[in-house]
Amino acid sequence: MTERPGPAALFAAFFSIAISGFGGTLPFARRVLVERRAWLTADDFTETLSLCQSLPGPNVVNMSIVVGARSCGWRGSAAAFAGLVGTPVLVVIGLGALYTRFGGLTEIRHALVGLGAAASGLVVATAARMAEPLLKTRPLVAAPFIVSAFAAVALLHWPLPYVLLALAPISIAAAWWWRLRSA
Amino acid sequence: MKSGDTLGALAVQFATLSLVAFGGANAVIPEIHRQAVDVRHWMTNQDFAALFAIAQAAPGPNFLVSTLVGWKAAGILGALVATAGMCAPSCLVTFWVAKVWDRYRETQWRMAVGAGLAPVTVGFICSSAFVLVRAADADWRLALVTAASAGVVYFTRLNPLWCLAAAAALGVAGAFG
Repeated sequence: MTERPGPAALFAAFFSIAISGFGGTLPFARRVLVERRAWLTADDFTETLSLCQSLPGPNVVNMSIVVGARSCGWRGSAAAFAGLVGTPVLVVIGLGALYTRFGGLTEIRHALVGLGAAASGLVVATAARMAEPLLKTRPLVAAPFIVSAFAAVALLHWPLPYVLLALAPISIAAAWWWRLRSA
Repeated sequence: MKSGDTLGALAVQFATLSLVAFGGANAVIPEIHRQAVDVRHWMTNQDFAALFAIAQAAPGPNFLVSTLVGWKAAGILGALVATAGMCAPSCLVTFWVAKVWDRYRETQWRMAVGAGLAPVTVGFICSSAFVLVRAADADWRLALVTAASAGVVYFTRLNPLWCLAAAAALGVAGAFG
C-alpha cells in the first residue's frame, strides 16, 4: 500500500464505491482505490482481489476488510465495512418496504417480473464468463467438478455446504495433480 | 413459527452460508432459495425472484438479497440478523487471514486450493442461474428477456443496469401482462 488512510477516509472511499456500484461493485472498487485515491497500485489491487476471491464471503466486503486492516488495523476494517454496507442495507430495506406496500399494483408487479427476468440473465452471463477460462485452460480437471456441483445443487437439491465439503477436497487434489503434471 | 425461532434460523442459515460462500454471494443463491422457499416457506418462488431483482437493481454489494430474505422472513430485525450473519463470519476469517497472507501467498498448496475451489464455485453459480431463471421465467417472453440480457452482458461491456431498466420498462408497458 502506497499510503495509509485513516478510518474516516476509508469510510468515505467505500461509501462512494457502494453507492455508485449499480450492477456490481468491483469495477468501482478498482476505480476508487487504484485510479482516484491511488491507495493501491494495479498489481496490489489484483493481488488483493485474488486473496478476497479465495476466501469465503462477498468479495467486495472482504476487500473492505483487507484494505482497512492493512492501513489501520481493525478500526480501518470496521470503518471501510460500515461505509460499504451501511447505506445499501438501508436502501434495500426501504425498497423491500415499498415492495410489500405496492407490490400488488399491476404496473409494479409487471416491472418486477421484467426486472427479475433480466436479473437472472445477468447471473447466466456471469456463470458463462467464469466457466469459460476454466474450460479453456484445464477442461479435464474443471468440467467434472462444474458438472457434479451443478447436478448436486440444482438438480438433486442437496444442501450446498455438504456438496462443497464433499467436492472441494477431490477438486483441490485434482488441481494439485494438474500443477505437478504441467510443471 | 415464533419470531425468535425465525431469527435464530436466519442467523444459523446465513452464518453457515457466509463460511461456504466461496465465489461470493451469488454462489449460495440456490441454498438461500431452498431454505427460504422450499424448507421454511418464508416466501413464494415469485417473491424470491422479485427480491433478487430488487437487490440487483439497488446500489451496493450483491449479497443484499440476504438482507431482503431476512426482512421478508422477520421484518427489520430479520434483515439485520441476516446481513450480520452473511458478513460477520467471513469478515472475521478474512481479517485474520489478511494478517498471515503474505507468508503463504506464493506457496504451491495455496494456489492448488484456489484452483481447486474454482470449478466447484462455477458449478454453484451455474446452479444459481438455473434456480433464478426457473423462478423468473414464467413464459417465453420472459425467457427471451433473460436470453437477451445474458447475451448483452456476456458479449458487450454495457452497464448491466441498462438491461434491468429496459426490462422493467417493458414490464410497465404491459409486454408481459
